[in-house]
This record gives sequence, structure tokens and C-alpha cells, in this order.
Amino acid sequence: MATPLIFAAMGGLLSERSGVMNIALEGLMLIGAFSAAAGAHYTGSPYLGLLIGAVAAGLTAIIHAVWCITLRGDQIVAGTALNLLGIGVPAFLLQRLFGTAGRSPAVDRLPSLTSGLNVLVPAAFLLAPLVFYFLFRTKPGLRVLAAGEHPRAAESVGVAVDRYRYACVIASGVLGGIGGAFLSIGDVSFFTTNMTNGRGFIALAAMVFGNWTPFGTLGAAIFFGAAQAVQIQAQATGVPVSKELIIALPYLLTLVALTGLVRNSTPPAGLGRHAAAD
Amino acid sequence: MLGGIGPALVSSVGAIAVALLVGAVVIVLSGDDPVVAYRALFRGAFGGVRPLSETLVAATPLVFGGLAFSLAYRAGMFNIGVEGQLVLGGLAAGWIGAQAFGLPRLLHLPLALAAALVVGGLWGALPGVLKARSGAHEVITTIMLNYLAARISAYAVGSNGPLKGSASLPATDPAQPSATLPRLVGDERVHAGILLALVAAGLLWYLLFRTTFGYRVRAVGLSRGAAAYAGIGWGRTITFAMLGSGMLAGLGGAAEVLGLQGRYYDRFSPGYGFTAIAIGLVGRNHPAGVVLAALVFGALNSGATAMQSAAGTSKELVQILQALVILAVAAFAAAGRLRLFAGRRVAGVGRRVPAGDRSAAVGMDPEIEARPQPPKV
Amino acid sequence: MRGIVKRFGEVVANGGIDLAVRRGEIHALLGENGAGKSTLMNILFGLYHPDEGEILVDGTPTHFSGPRDAVGAGLGMVHQHFMLIPRFTVTENVILGMEGTNPLRLDRRAAARRVAELGETYGLRVDPNALAADLPVGMQQRVEILRALYQGGRTLILDEPTALLTPQEVDDLYAILRRLTAAGGTIIFITHKLREIAAVSDRVTVIRRGRTVGTRTTAETSAPELAALMVGREVLLRVERPPAHPGEPVLVADGLTASGEHGGAALRGLDLTVRRGEIVGVCGVEGNGQTELVETLAGLRRPDGGRVLLKGRDVTGADPHAVRLAGLSYIPEDRHERGLVLGFSLAENVLLGNADDPPFSHGGRIDYDATAAVTRRLMTDFDVRAPSPATPASSLSGGNQQKLIIGRELHRHPDALLAVQPTRGLDVGAVEFVHRQLVAERDQGRGVLLISFDLDEILDLSDRIVVLFDGRIVGEFASGRVSRAELGLRMGGRGVDEPSLVA
Repeated sequence: MATPLIFAAMGGLLSERSGVMNIALEGLMLIGAFSAAAGAHYTGSPYLGLLIGAVAAGLTAIIHAVWCITLRGDQIVAGTALNLLGIGVPAFLLQRLFGTAGRSPAVDRLPSLTSGLNVLVPAAFLLAPLVFYFLFRTKPGLRVLAAGEHPRAAESVGVAVDRYRYACVIASGVLGGIGGAFLSIGDVSFFTTNMTNGRGFIALAAMVFGNWTPFGTLGAAIFFGAAQAVQIQAQATGVPVSKELIIALPYLLTLVALTGLVRNSTPPAGLGRHAAAD
Repeated sequence: MLGGIGPALVSSVGAIAVALLVGAVVIVLSGDDPVVAYRALFRGAFGGVRPLSETLVAATPLVFGGLAFSLAYRAGMFNIGVEGQLVLGGLAAGWIGAQAFGLPRLLHLPLALAAALVVGGLWGALPGVLKARSGAHEVITTIMLNYLAARISAYAVGSNGPLKGSASLPATDPAQPSATLPRLVGDERVHAGILLALVAAGLLWYLLFRTTFGYRVRAVGLSRGAAAYAGIGWGRTITFAMLGSGMLAGLGGAAEVLGLQGRYYDRFSPGYGFTAIAIGLVGRNHPAGVVLAALVFGALNSGATAMQSAAGTSKELVQILQALVILAVAAFAAAGRLRLFAGRRVAGVGRRVPAGDRSAAVGMDPEIEARPQPPKV
Repeated sequence: MRGIVKRFGEVVANGGIDLAVRRGEIHALLGENGAGKSTLMNILFGLYHPDEGEILVDGTPTHFSGPRDAVGAGLGMVHQHFMLIPRFTVTENVILGMEGTNPLRLDRRAAARRVAELGETYGLRVDPNALAADLPVGMQQRVEILRALYQGGRTLILDEPTALLTPQEVDDLYAILRRLTAAGGTIIFITHKLREIAAVSDRVTVIRRGRTVGTRTTAETSAPELAALMVGREVLLRVERPPAHPGEPVLVADGLTASGEHGGAALRGLDLTVRRGEIVGVCGVEGNGQTELVETLAGLRRPDGGRVLLKGRDVTGADPHAVRLAGLSYIPEDRHERGLVLGFSLAENVLLGNADDPPFSHGGRIDYDATAAVTRRLMTDFDVRAPSPATPASSLSGGNQQKLIIGRELHRHPDALLAVQPTRGLDVGAVEFVHRQLVAERDQGRGVLLISFDLDEILDLSDRIVVLFDGRIVGEFASGRVSRAELGLRMGGRGVDEPSLVA
């Protein structure tokens, strides 16, 4: 349950660490989920479908990058628009390509390696240390952090802030797209409208909850994923407690956590700021 | 003093035009005739009493939602929680409306609306309080509260839910006639909710631009530091702005339930609260702009079905159009800013700005550009 | 640089500037705020592109398309507002942009060693592993200089480098600059302070309104000549200030203690009295409790202990509006973040802090006609140049913005006035206006508390000068009876335990 959250949350982390707010994860995941299913349908290969899903979401993220970085528009506004696109475009294309409303034809799933786990599950867990190493142990990572903390300072020593931000936003699209693809061609074998059901936002919450650090985010994503798994278990076994309460638990916990535990959370200082704007 | 809606209006209209143009390209690419499609869309929205009625019906919750979003935005709060506030407001109104109190409409209807105001308002005030007290970012908390509201609704009118009606539907009992908003034109579905919405828009305008409360809201939204300097309590102001925002959203839910649906259904809102964000932004968070934007979006929605049946263009195109409108508005704002930076005269504004003073960009578009606080969680 | 022209739309920021800097010299660039110094330097550094003219390095025409090119040509910039990343260490800040060739591995330890070595070479000692945020201002500047050197800078541009330093730190900086030129480096030193020209430069180029008006050898010119070149007319360097006639105490801080932003004690039992009809100047190095003192007095911060008395009334812990009603007006340091709402019109800015009181509002309803009338009057009385009260504040120049704030704060006829850095970033004309206003307020029997990091401003205006160090007043002097050097020592904490010389 945590896998799509981890992918999306790491994407969000990269984008925000470079200084671009990305509330469009939900939309990017949907684009990824749909494109992966459609890609798998037409190519017959779930792996090619995964690739197509990742590329499509990455391309969509370019819209976010252009609006936020080049046009210096409001990042939440652009994210909101992308989230609407994430609902509208797949629905439109479902109608166009398959003549169906709400659900794509069935496709092959990503094959499982062992006991129902496909290749994306271990990949998700490797992602956090990878992102950590990139951000805190490499030269481009240092520049990403600089772009996110103080874009003007970074620019003044010749760091091409906009270029690093573009790369990070596109990476967040690719990762969000993979997270979405996991839902449509990993978890099940078809796409349904709005199938992410808020996971993009939960991923965002995981990133905030994890205080913008790779391992914190990983932990939060696993925690939220586990909460979802518990809720499904509880439903299946018919625990006498109201199922609505259990379903609501992750949201409630996130709220409590946000207001109680992470008082000292520190987002990147340059988040939402442009190199030239201050 | 009027909030500078003039130049903003020009760019919003331009944005809608650009979005329709891009939409036409999409239609062509998908093998249909854009002229046929748009003509059908237009006729489906404005061509006759029924289409007009349907446009107003579709616009009603959007006006409320857009106003709700705008009030919060003016205080510097990005209220993504309009949806949840609207849902719970509708639930409260639907439940009160369904009770057989034996009251006349003059009492029963206001009572149901008041319930929506209270519940929606409190649900909206909550993220305000949370931000004021512990700095929790409203974008995240309102998203969570949306999901909670959906769960509460599902529980309340789900099987064995405490507010569930006698029918085997996830819904309350039908509203008593004494609690419904009357229809305005014969059998058409347009109801008094649109009038309430217009009154709400007028009141919000007065509140924002003519009262000290509105002044405080706008000051806090544009500069938290300057507001503190003036002795304006930030936490109090954002909490009250969010309270008002939730009240407006709750009223929107009530209007939908008591004017259109006739009873509260779980999931009655197809995402009005999210479209409301677009409405607020396109309307530049000005009450008049919000009304106009809601009418345009309402027309798109009501014409969508006609377009699908006449031109074969999927009605989901409308959702894409709405996203395109938002992107276009943002792009227009950017273009305006760049023009201003060059020190040229801006149409309709009639003022010069010294070049090189980048802070001047803030004056261009206070609605969108001057969100003062970098997001902190 | 030859014949540099830069336009922003219709505004010409640089209208023909020539600047020739010789290798190994300290060349001062003198001009008023807004004369075009910063624009010129941004062109030189590749951040802007000139519309006309050319840049020659060692006689070769050169084109810089960005800072990277400028750095490549051996230029280094030390910005007025330091361009350091607070959450990065010194090493990370220094190496950013020149991290080495391996994209997959960043060797922080080796980099820290190199940074430390470089620091040793030029006498710029800093802990390479400290967080930039934890360093005092003078140290942060050293990091900036180190960074420029690390990146291969042989010609350093320093933009108003002394603005935030104590006199001692300024002396240290001069010493560093001389060491650098002795080692073959070249320095371009941007300033609008005449005193610094004589202290450090070899030659000086003066620019006015975007044009070069002359280059002089420092040893062969004089302060009045430079001042005349800079402003284009003879200026009085000092404000006329008749003797003060202090009356009864109007603003008293009694044993104030308060915590700072990060929790530590920022005010440690501060006592201060301002009487009617006097200007009390508070000098001190930034970060010794100025912010907390101002905020506590203005009602923006609740003190942990002690009292604030206004006209004998206890206003400790009252909110800013109540304090304002009780008779304290406050000209804040930061026009853009505190003093004004830039997105508001002038009239709406006049409402700031006044919105709840007549004649501006009645029963929660704002009277915009009355507000516009007051705004128009203030615009006339305080020479705020703007088309109308509906003009957005963001479109005004800094001087006009400050005049609007001063007008708003004085129109209430306060008993006490809190003026914090009231002339920061203003040109000479506006500075003069503000200083005159402050003296006029004093002469009308108001108590003025002036807090400034500009020692000249303190010396020029104050009737009494107090030194703030580490959250306490550590010295008090009558105007004219204290030397700059003595104040500098006190500001650095010397003589804290000795009895203060009350005059």
C-alpha cells in the first residue's frame, strides 16, 4: 500500500527541495496511471506501459514547470489546474480511445517477483536512500538544495537555478507517474477515473510529515500506507468498530500529527520564491 | 477601492478565450468539428429558458464556493477545504430540512440555512484555528478535513447511520416543503439559491471593501508584518475569515440540497469545492468576478451534455477547458507582470511604475501575486 | 567599462557610464542611492545586459551572458545583503557553484580543508563547518569574500560592505582589503559614505543619475568636492539642530527583559528614559536586542519582565493599537514588510493602524471619503509625490513611501516617537527631509527614540546617545561629548562592567 505513496512523496520532495511547491501530485499520478494502462493496452507489455506512464506524467509536469518557473506564476494555482487536468484528460481519453466512461479495458499487470510483489515495491524502498545520497552527497544535489533555500544566492554564484528546478519538477512528475502506474497496472489491471482517490495529497502530507527529509518521508509514507492496509483488513474481517471511523483514521492522524508533532518542521526557505523576485 | 476588478476582468475574459481556442484544437485532434461542438455547447447553455435555467442551476453552488474560496484567499489562506465545508453544510441543512417541525417556511427554511452556516462555518474555522495556533499549513489540513467530511457524510447517511432516512438510499429523508428553496420559473429547476448567492456576493463585497473587518482581512492577506504593526491580530483574522469562508461554502451546500436535490444524498457534490478554487482564481477573488466566472463555468457544465449528443465531443472536455482557463489566467497574470516590469503603462491601470523596482509587481495583481507568506507548515 | 547604457523600459538607469579600474587598486564607486551604482555592478557581473557600451577586461572587449562568465573572467561579488544560505555550512556556501568535477560524489571534508587553508592565506579565519546562520555579520562577510576568492576572483566588487558592521569590524575589513591588494588583487568598493572613500580607496569614481561625473585620486580630493559631485549641489552635511530643552519623561523602559526569536534572552534588564523635547539615539551592532527593544516598546512582543511606561501609564503588554492610542507612534525599520502594505493604495496605507478610529471609520464601516481627504492632506504636508490617494504604494519610490509612513505616524500628534532606521535606503534629499522632521517633532515637545545602525545618523541627530550591547544599555553620553572611537569600543562590549559616564 505504501509503494505508490513513496514514489509520489519522493517526487514531491525533490520538487519542493528545489523550491517549487507541487500540489499537482494527485493529477500527475492520475496521468501516470491512465497512460500506463493505455500504454500496456496498446503495446501489450506492462513494462512498456510503466515507461509510458512515467514519461507522460513527466511531460505533464513540464506544464507545471513552465508555469511556475518560466512564467513565475502562482505554484498552487498551477498545481490546482494540473489536478483538474488529471481528472479531465483521462476521462476524455477513455471516452475517445475506448468508448467507455470511467474504466479502461483490462490489461496485463506488472508481473510479481515474489508473493504478489512486483518490481516497483523494492524499487520504492531503494528510492529513499537514493534520493538522500543525491541531495546530500552529490554536487547536483547541493545545487538543488541551494536553489530551494536561496535561489538568488545560488544564481549569484552561477548555479542555473531554473534548470535545476525544471529537472526536479520533471522528476517529480516521473516519480508521481510511476506511483500512479503502480495503481493501474500493478495493484489492479485497469484504470478507473480518479482511481488515486487522494493518494497524491496523502503523499504530500507524508512529505510534510517527514519534514522534507527522504527518510522521514519514507517513514511517513509507510505509516500512511499501513493505515490504509489496516483499514482494508478491518473491513475484510468485520471489526465491530464503525468502518467509517477506521477509514477516516489516517486523515485524523495526519491532522493530529500536523498540529501536534511537527511544530518545528522547516520547509525549504526558498519554497515558492523566484530568483529574481526578492 | 472597488478592488481593481477592471484590468483583471480583461485578462480573465482573454484567458477564457484562449482556453476555448486550445479546447478547439483538442476537438480537432480528436476528430470532431469544433464549430459544431461549441455551437452545441453555447446553445445548450444559453439557447432558451431551459438551458438558461440549467446554467443558473449549475452556477449556484459555484458562486457560493467561489466566494468562500475568495474570502479565505483575501486573508492569505488557500482554502482547499471548500468541498468539505460545502458537504457538511449540505448535510446539516438537509437533516434539519427533513424534520417535521410543523414550522412555516419563514422559520423552517432559515433554520435549515442557519444550520448549514454553523456547521460549514465551524468546519472552515478549524483549519484557521490550527494554523493560528500551531502553524499547520491550511493546504494540508483542509485536504485532510475534506476526506474526514466525506467519511462523516458516508457514516451519517450510510447503512444504520444516525441521520439516514427511511428509504434504502445513502440519504436523509426528503426535505419538508417548508424547508425547500422555491423554484423561480415554472417547472424549470432554477431555484431561489441563485438569488441567495447574488445577495451573498453583494454582502461579501461590502464586507471586504467597506468595513474594517474586510480591511483587516485584506491587510493580513497582503502583508502579515504590516498587519501586526497595525495591531491587527493575525490569528484572529484568519480564523474569522475561514469561519466566513466555511459559512459561505456551507450555504452553497444547503442551496444545492434544499433547492435542487430535495434531500441530502451522500456524495451529492461532484467536486463543487474544487471547481470553486478555479472560480475564485478566474474571478480574481473579487465577488463580481466570482459571479461572472461561476456563470461561465455553469454554462460550460450545462452545455456539456448538449455538446456530447450533438457533436459527439466527450463532455469531459469541459473539465479540461476549466483547467485550461486556470492555466491561461495564470499565464495572463505573468504576461501582465512582465509588461509592468518593463515600466510600460498597463491598460486600464493608468499608472507608471519605476523600472527595476521589482516589488512593483506586487501592485499589479494583488489578488494573485501578493500571497505574502512563503508557505510554512 | 565604456559608455554603458542600461534602460528599464522608459527609465534609464545607466545613461553613459565610464569606469576604468587599474589592477591592484582599491577603486571606490561613489553615488547616492538610486544613482545607478548597483545596476552598473549587476551589468559588470553579468546579471543584466547593457543596451549600449562595452566591457573591457585587460583591454579586450568581453561579453558576459551571466554571472558564470563574470566569475570566469576573475570577478567576484560581495553583495550588500549577503548571499549566503543560512542552512548551509561555511564550506557549502563557499564551494557552491565550484564544487569540483565529480558529479556523483561531493567530498565535503576535503573542501572544508581547502576553505580553511584559503582563509589562513588571506587572514580570513572562519570555522568551515559552522552554519552560516550562526555567524555574526562580520564573519558572514568574510565568508562572502572567501567565496569570491575561492572561485578565482582577482577583482572583487563590494557593494556597500560596511552597512552592517561595527566600526571595529569596518577596520578589520579595511585591513583585509589592503592585504588583498597587496597580494595583487583589485577591489571595487561601492559606497555612498564619503568618510569611507578617504579611509580606504586609492581612486574614486563618482556617478550621478546614471552618469559618470568624474574620477579623482583620493589623496588629491576632498570630502566637500566629492559631495558636490555626488549630489550636484553644495549640501549641508549636518542638520541644523538647536539645543534641546528636555522636559518630563514620556517613554520609560524599566528593567525590561525579553526573549528573542530563537528563545534566548535578548533583553536583560534594560532601563531607558526618553524625555519630552529630546532625541535619544540608540547605537549598537545589529543583533544586540534592537529588534526586541523596538517590538517590546511598540507592543509587538510581550516582555518577560519589567515595565513600559508611556506618559507615566503602564502599557506593558498592551497590543500595538492600544500603545498607539496611548500616544506612541512608530516608524518601522522595514517599509515593505511592516510600514506599508505594498498591494494597498496610499489611502488604504494611511488606514494602517488607524482603521478602527474616527474619522477613518464609524461602527465598523470605513469612511473612504474622510480617509482620502486625510491622505491628500498628508501628501501635501509631507511632500509625498504621487498622482492620487488611490495610487498603489508599490509604485512609489522609497523616499516617498517613507514620507507617507512618517506623515501617517505624525498626524496623530503622538507624545513619543519611535524611529527605527528611518532613513535606510533613502537618497540624500529624503534623508535631509526625514532628519528635519525628527528635529521638528523634538522641538514640538515630543520624545524621540532613534534607533539606527548608521553611527553618523546617531551622532548628527541625538541629544543623548545610549549604547545597546547584549540586551542592556552599557553607556550613555551627551551629544558632542563622545568620540566615534569611544562609541565603537562600547558597541563592541568594551568597558561593560565599568560605571557609565553619565553626562
